[in-house]
Amino acid sequence: MAAQEQQQPQSRESETDVDVPEAPPAAPEAQASDATQGVDDLLDEIDGVLESNAEEFVRAFVQKGGQ
Amino acid sequence: MRVMGAETEYGIHAPSAPGANATMMSARIIQAYATVTRQRAAGGAETRWDYTDEEPLHDARGWTLERSAADPSQLTDQPPVLDAEAVALAYGRQELELDGGDESGSLLMNMVLGNGARLYVDHAHPEYSSPEVTNPRDAVIWDAAGDLVALATVRKVAADASLPPINLYKNNTDNKAVSYGSHENYLMPRSVPFGDIIRGLTPFFVSRQIVCGAGRVGLGQDSSMAGYQISQRADFFEAEVGLETTIRRPIINTRDEPHATADKYRRLHVIIGDANLSQASNFLKFGTTAMVLSLVEAKLAPPIEVHEPVHALQAISHDTTLTATVRLMDGRRVTALDLQWMYYEAAAKLAQETGVSDPLTGDGHTHEVLAQWESTLTGLGNDVDSVASSVEWVAKKSLLEGYRNRDGLAWDDARLGLVDLQWSDIRPEKGLYYRLLARERMQRIVDDGDIARAVGEPPSDTRAYFRGRCVSRFGKDVAGASWDSVIFDVPGLGKLQRVPTREPLRGTKALTGALFDRHQEAATFLAELLGQEPPPPRNSGAPAT
Repeated sequence: MAAQEQQQPQSRESETDVDVPEAPPAAPEAQASDATQGVDDLLDEIDGVLESNAEEFVRAFVQKGGQ
Repeated sequence: MRVMGAETEYGIHAPSAPGANATMMSARIIQAYATVTRQRAAGGAETRWDYTDEEPLHDARGWTLERSAADPSQLTDQPPVLDAEAVALAYGRQELELDGGDESGSLLMNMVLGNGARLYVDHAHPEYSSPEVTNPRDAVIWDAAGDLVALATVRKVAADASLPPINLYKNNTDNKAVSYGSHENYLMPRSVPFGDIIRGLTPFFVSRQIVCGAGRVGLGQDSSMAGYQISQRADFFEAEVGLETTIRRPIINTRDEPHATADKYRRLHVIIGDANLSQASNFLKFGTTAMVLSLVEAKLAPPIEVHEPVHALQAISHDTTLTATVRLMDGRRVTALDLQWMYYEAAAKLAQETGVSDPLTGDGHTHEVLAQWESTLTGLGNDVDSVASSVEWVAKKSLLEGYRNRDGLAWDDARLGLVDLQWSDIRPEKGLYYRLLARERMQRIVDDGDIARAVGEPPSDTRAYFRGRCVSRFGKDVAGASWDSVIFDVPGLGKLQRVPTREPLRGTKALTGALFDRHQEAATFLAELLGQEPPPPRNSGAPAT
């Protein structure tokens, strides 16, 4: 059942993201279109911020139990 | 609206010292803030915690758990002991001997801050417990102020070349089977039967994650299944009702420590929430829950019961399309959105009847909560992605989908796990939430300036005002404090003076502001407060006994 629930969002969301039309470039106040227009830009920025060696970093993040 | 407060346990990690002892690192964080505040405020905003009124084993259903039957992690009424061996293991014996930063020679595990909050080591995590506030907007402000406190500590540690830098994460799981909490507290009249609270809240708690879940990469406690889910916490819940918070976690927690006049109040301790960076999600988490408690108190909660609520909680969390249905005991099948709309309609109706939601004559907050709640549910129903700038799990998902689309990453790719983790890094240059906020991609509910001020200033309309001002103004004469007391150790008085603060809505600025204005010295302040003769002035030459 979990597997079934897991697949639904993937197919739907990848479609939605691809289909969103490009927004006019010079409209900083238009937040909704800005959200899609700036994706590449945003990912480029985040590439530069992400810790290097994702696999090792994520593996090393081990917490002791809490509440 | 209602007295409430937030508790955040931060994930803690030193990438360059992977084996470091977590309790030791957490103590370093507290120590760092003590150093920061000593620099900032003369007198020192550093006060020890008073454990007198901690009752972690009192159960709201009317009994007390035997200490011997409790899990050691439930004994939160004792200061944690960090023995020399643990210190040495973590940082080496040399460090142990050199560590003389605190005058008493021991590591500081607990502080009361000038903004009325508590900062301490909780098990193996640093925790910030916000001061008591009266509305969800202030809850967001003073919770976010805690993130700035946390930021100040990691900066302080990072500036010390002899220590490994420590990162703090405002999240709830390491994705390897461990979870740590962010709790909410709400003041309620003691007269409300606990059974009503359980019945009224459970369907709400099962479903509210769709507006305030923080999102998580991985399914199952140990993330053994690939995927993305709405809540950080859902997979770690195993019971419907219970006293525990660290094992067999229950949807409704029965810990009955009112930290107030016990026959009048209960403090509802909510452990099911995700830690939120999104202001809109955090605002709705506190605002809608406070409103649902009003429904419970008025016996007007929707008359519904969810079949197998733990399973329903997880089924809802695992379905980001929001189309999964859960079964009610009356046989109906409903979605999480259906459940939320039921609560919205009931809460809006009651608020209208009592007048609190009137934009002009209401309480000034309910109107805004209802508007945000309605627009969020409408957005989630129309197109989930339309609320990516406000609902935290949608915002995170949108970023993750960007990576998946650009780089063709599967859900179990380590980079997506890193995006999930780093989303909650509290440093604005590293935290991905903060990168989105800087680009105006996340909705601001409160002003940055208000958050910055709340790092040092208490809320004005609860007893946190009294506590915070006492610590800021008379820090050197305050021996300890807790939610419901401030303990003075004034030279010349000869004994400790414990000022109880058992009424959460007293000790406000309106009631005590003038008193603080009139006194620069703790001795005369206390004398007027307690109606006593002031002791001889300090520096009179007479040794205090």
